[in-house]
Parts: sequence; C-alpha cells; structure tokens
Amino acid sequence: MDIIVLVKQVPDTEAAIRVSDDRAAIRTEGLKWVVNPYDEYAVEEALRIREALGGSVTVVCAGPARSVAAIRSALAMGADQGVLVSDPALEIADSLGVARALAAAIRGLSFDLVLAGQRAVDDDAGLVGPAVAELLDIPHVSLATKVEVQGSEILCEAAADGGAKSIRATLPALVTAQKGLNDPRFASMMGIMKAKKKPVEEKDLVALGLSAADVAPQSRVTGLSFPPERPPGRIIQGETARDKARELARVLVEEAKIL
Amino acid sequence: MAQDVLVIVQFSEKGVAKASLEALGLARELADAHGGEVLAVPLGQGGEELAPVLAAHGADRVLVSGDENLTPFAPEPHLAVLATEIGRLAPRVVVMGNTLQARDLAGRLSARLSAPAAVDVLSVRLDGDEVVAVRPLYGGKVLAEIRLSGSPVLLFPRPNVFPVRPVAGKGEVETLAAPVTAPRARMEAFIAAPAGKKELSEADAVVSGGRGMAGPDFSMLEELAGVLDAAVGASRSAVDEGWRPHTDQVGQTGKTVSPALYVACGISGAVQHLAGMSFSKVVVAVNKDPDAPIFQRADYGVVGDLFEVVPELTAALRERKG
Ligand SMILES: Cc1cc2nc3c(=O)[nH]c(=O)nc-3n(C[C@H](O)[C@H](O)[C@H](O)COP(=O)(O)OP(=O)(O)OC[C@H]3O[C@@H](n4cnc5c(N)ncnc54)[C@H](O)[C@@H]3O)c2cc1C
Ligand SMILES: Nc1ncnc2c1ncn2[C@@H]1O[C@H](COP(=O)(O)O)[C@@H](O)[C@H]1O
Repeated sequence: MDIIVLVKQVPDTEAAIRVSDDRAAIRTEGLKWVVNPYDEYAVEEALRIREALGGSVTVVCAGPARSVAAIRSALAMGADQGVLVSDPALEIADSLGVARALAAAIRGLSFDLVLAGQRAVDDDAGLVGPAVAELLDIPHVSLATKVEVQGSEILCEAAADGGAKSIRATLPALVTAQKGLNDPRFASMMGIMKAKKKPVEEKDLVALGLSAADVAPQSRVTGLSFPPERPPGRIIQGETARDKARELARVLVEEAKIL
Repeated sequence: MAQDVLVIVQFSEKGVAKASLEALGLARELADAHGGEVLAVPLGQGGEELAPVLAAHGADRVLVSGDENLTPFAPEPHLAVLATEIGRLAPRVVVMGNTLQARDLAGRLSARLSAPAAVDVLSVRLDGDEVVAVRPLYGGKVLAEIRLSGSPVLLFPRPNVFPVRPVAGKGEVETLAAPVTAPRARMEAFIAAPAGKKELSEADAVVSGGRGMAGPDFSMLEELAGVLDAAVGASRSAVDEGWRPHTDQVGQTGKTVSPALYVACGISGAVQHLAGMSFSKVVVAVNKDPDAPIFQRADYGVVGDLFEVVPELTAALRERKG
C-alpha cells in the first residue's frame, strides 16, 4: 500500500492569536506552530497500515518554508518521505486553491490511499480533504474512526449525524481522520534523528504544472476581529450548596429565561 | 444574475433536520432581499413527502428525486445530481446547514462546481457581486469577514444561529431527471445513537462534565439534562479517561455547540474546550476552584462541589417547572 498523508501546519491551539494592522491576516511573528491535531491521527493510521501490509507513507504539505517542520514531525513518527508544496501564490489561496495544488502533487505520486485530517484547527473548514478526493476523482470517507483495508477496498467506521456509519469504499480512496481513530505515537529520539535524513522534495506551482491563476482565491478574508467582550459573569452567592443551587435556578428562570 | 437561493435539505425518518429549516430561513431572507426564489432540494426516497413542511418554511420550489442510489446518503450520487441541477438552475447562493452530512459534501461540491465555500457561517449579506459572510476562525478566537465571489457561492450556516422561520413559499414540486451515479463509497450500516440521546450540535441546551466528574457515572448530569431538555457533552479529559464516547467531546478537537444554555460541570475551561462552546448564549459553570478559567467565560458561576450543587439545581429547576 502506498499511502499519502496530507499534513498542515497550524498555530498551537494554546497560542494567543493577534491580528495584523490591516486586519486581513493574523500576525505570525513569535507564533508557535504544530502539526494539525487531526493530521496526527492520519499519520498514525498510515503508519499502522504500512506496518501491517508494507508499502510507503509519503507526507504532503502545502505551506511556506516553515511548514517543513510539520513534515519532519511526521517523518519522525515514521513516515518515509515528504513533499512540500510551496509557492507565494499559495499564501493567499483558499481551500479550493490549496486542494488543487495538493491534488496536483498527489497525481505525480503512486498511491492507493490518501489520508487527511477531518479539519484543520486554524480555518476549521473541513473542505480540503473531500475537495482533493473530487479533484482526483476517487471516493472518500469523512470523519473515520476506524479504517480496515480489505483487498482492493476499505471498510470504515465514521461519525454521522445521529450516530455512526460503516462505509465500504473502493481503493484508491481518501479518508479523513476523526478523533477516536487511534492514539498517535510520540516520535522517539531515534525517529527524530532519522527524520533529518529522510528525503523532502520541494515543489512550486510550475513544477506541478499549475499557474497562479489555478489557485487564485474566490474567497478572501477581508477583516479579522475579536468576538465582542462579554460582561463579567456573576458568581452566585449562598451559604450552602443548596442555597446557591436555588438562587442559580431562580436567575436562570427569571433573568436568563431558561425553561 | 439570477438571485435564487438553493437549499440542500437533509432529512431522516424523523423529518427535516433542524439545521435545514434554519438554512431555509436564511435562504428566504436572502431571496426576499434580492428578488429571487427559494429552491429546496431534499434528495432521496421520501423527499417528496416533505414538500408541505418545506413550503411552510419558505420553499417556492421543491426539487425531488427518489433514485435508489440517493438513499441512504452517499456524497457521490448526491453530488452528481446537485452539480447537474445547480448548473441548470444557476442559483446565486447554495445553502446547507453545517452538519456532518454537509461536511461530507461541501469540499467535493466546491471542487466540482469551482465554487467558493464558507462553513460555520454566523451572518451573511450580499454586496454587489459578492457574498460577505462572517465566521469564526482559530477555534473562535477571531471572527473573519470573508468575501466570496463567483456563482454560486456555497454557505454552510452554523446550527442554532439562524432562526427557523415559518414563512410560506409557493411549494411547487418538481421531479428531477438528472442522472445518478452509483457511489464508490457506500454505507453498509447505520449505528444509531442510543434512543433518546440528543444531538449535541443541534440541542438548545447542553450539560457537559469534565474531569471533576471523577468517573464514568454521568447520571447526575443526565438528570439535569432531562429537566433542561439538554444534550450531554464532555471535556476531552472525560473522553480520554474513557468515561464518555468521543462523539460527546466538545471543543477544538470535538464538536462545536452554540446552544442557548451551556452548563459546564467540573470543567476547568481550557482554551481548547472554550473553542467548542464559546458562542453559547448563556454559560453556567459549576466548579470547586474559584480561580478556574471557565468562570471568566461564564455568565453565572457557582463555586462549589458539583456533587452537591448539581442535584440541588436539578431539584430546584424541577420545582420551578412544576
Ligand atoms: C491539540 C489539543 C486539542 C484539545 N482539544 C480539546 C477539546 O476538543 N475539548 C476539550 O475539552 N479539551 C481539549 N483539549 C484539552 C484541554 O487542553 C484540557 O486538557 C481539557 O479541556 C481539560 O478537561 P477538564 O476541564 O475536564 O479537566 P481539568 O482541566 O483537569 O479540570 C477539572 C476541573 O474540575 C474541577 N473539579 C474537580 N472536582 C470537582 C468537584 N467535585 N466539583 C466541582 N468541580 C470540580 C477542578 O477544579 C478543575 O477545574 C485539547 C488539548 C490539545 C493540546
Ligand atoms: N496546506 C495544506 N497542506 C497539506 N494538507 C492540508 C493543507 N490544508 C488542509 N490540508 C488537509 O486537509 C485537512 C482539512 O483541512 P481544512 O479543509 O483546511 O479544514 C487537513 O486536516 C489536512 O489533512
């Protein structure tokens, strides 16, 4: 099985987000970057499938030069090689533009299965995985919590509205990883050392046969703001737990109009 | 430019999804403001029977297809019909409630139509040739104004943000002839959540428990949820301890909820948890640590032992309810 994993570098979930003066972007100086948490589930699943069935795991990431750190993290977990798609035109690309670049990069590789995160925790969009599947004309399963390879098919369990589904898909296919799929391993010291020597190929749009026009955004962020400050909350006073609970019930019903 | 708004309607044997009724409300508003029609598309077997409900919520035309490949839902056959019909009808905007099914469809639809998409939308307006949407980014730490150009534009409003509006539309029913392809990824079984379990992302009230629950017994929260007609959620710590299923997790790597009432019990209020619930209207926190960060976000806080406070709260609310 040759497996591609799509990995995005995102700001650490703990990080305070600051906004640029023109309010069109976030300020990136001093920001700590991590691998998108859902993509770690995708990498782990790819490694487990390779360990069971043989083959290769290739990490593909689109982003500026710093994103190579995300690729190295995945290589340190055990992936075999990486491709960094980097081009100034991608810096303002929307989900569809990124998906086009990723799909073009994947087309140049051998693959039976593509794994992605169900969403990136920066744009929280969940668009790129299924968009890549569409561009590659392969089926996809989103929000997988279990993936089993059965010959030329996969059988997945996936989250669904009101429950869960089991879904069978023909290979090649794309699967997006949901929390619960697995527990990602930590990179060992040895893994980190080895990762430094693993091949990472860098490609720009021209190398992928694309032009800036192919990834021109139809969706642009034109203003970032912070959610309105909330008035300070009220701590409910009372002698006993019972007093507090009764007072809380009163304000919820009378002031907040709950029930 | 045509000003019609097309709504992709999601439904089950329980009827039209609440998120779809909210999407219809938004569609009606956009269509009325710009002189277009609302086209509702409930694809799959049983869609036709929903026409009266859809008409009562603003649909002018209800476009149905009962092709066998459309039931149960699978993204590829739905996409085949939608791409053909959206091409033919040329709506200005396509709306679908931001459910998991929408998430299954959105990226593919965007790629197939070369149409821009905005998910988790909190507000929308049309501005000349562009659609301007506001949505949270970075786990709700910032709000982004996004300008989308091209036709159509795909919008996925966040559940519980746009009201369900009972406004009559014409409700003419048409059967679609678009060819349907067989899915290469097909559902073999649906494992329904336990009966009576409320869907977190749609519930009007959510009661969540964290590590402070000290174990898998959430019956105390379930009783409170019963009185409030609430769904029960959990922090990641409670999920990672194995006390609750992954599907109950609220937060950056779990579900996003925006109910009218969110009650956090024994939850410290880490940023990743806040990311999933910070757009709730009224937040209540019960925590024994007066310095817990959740109190910064709570409208009403009770400093105390949840094992004492929660049953008393349940009793007091039950009494008021009569
Ligand atoms: C990448 C990433 C993603 C994450 N995603 C999520 C996510 O989606 N959702 C999420 O929730 N977390 C997420 N987290 C984890 C998050 O950082 C916190 O660790 C987690 O939310 C803590 O859960 P908690 O509040 O239940 O536990 P704790 O932080 O341990 O807090 C327990 C609280 O219970 C109180 N308490 C204890 N006993 C009682 C009692 N008897 N009565 C009243 N109060 C009591 C304590 O005072 C304390 O405040 C993520 C972390 C990372 C790094
Ligand atoms: N720039 C990128 N490079 C590589 N993979 C990406 C990129 N953007 C998104 N993805 C993949 O697509 C998933 C969903 O991202 P998004 O649609 O941005 O929420 C992520 O979890 C990644 O697996």
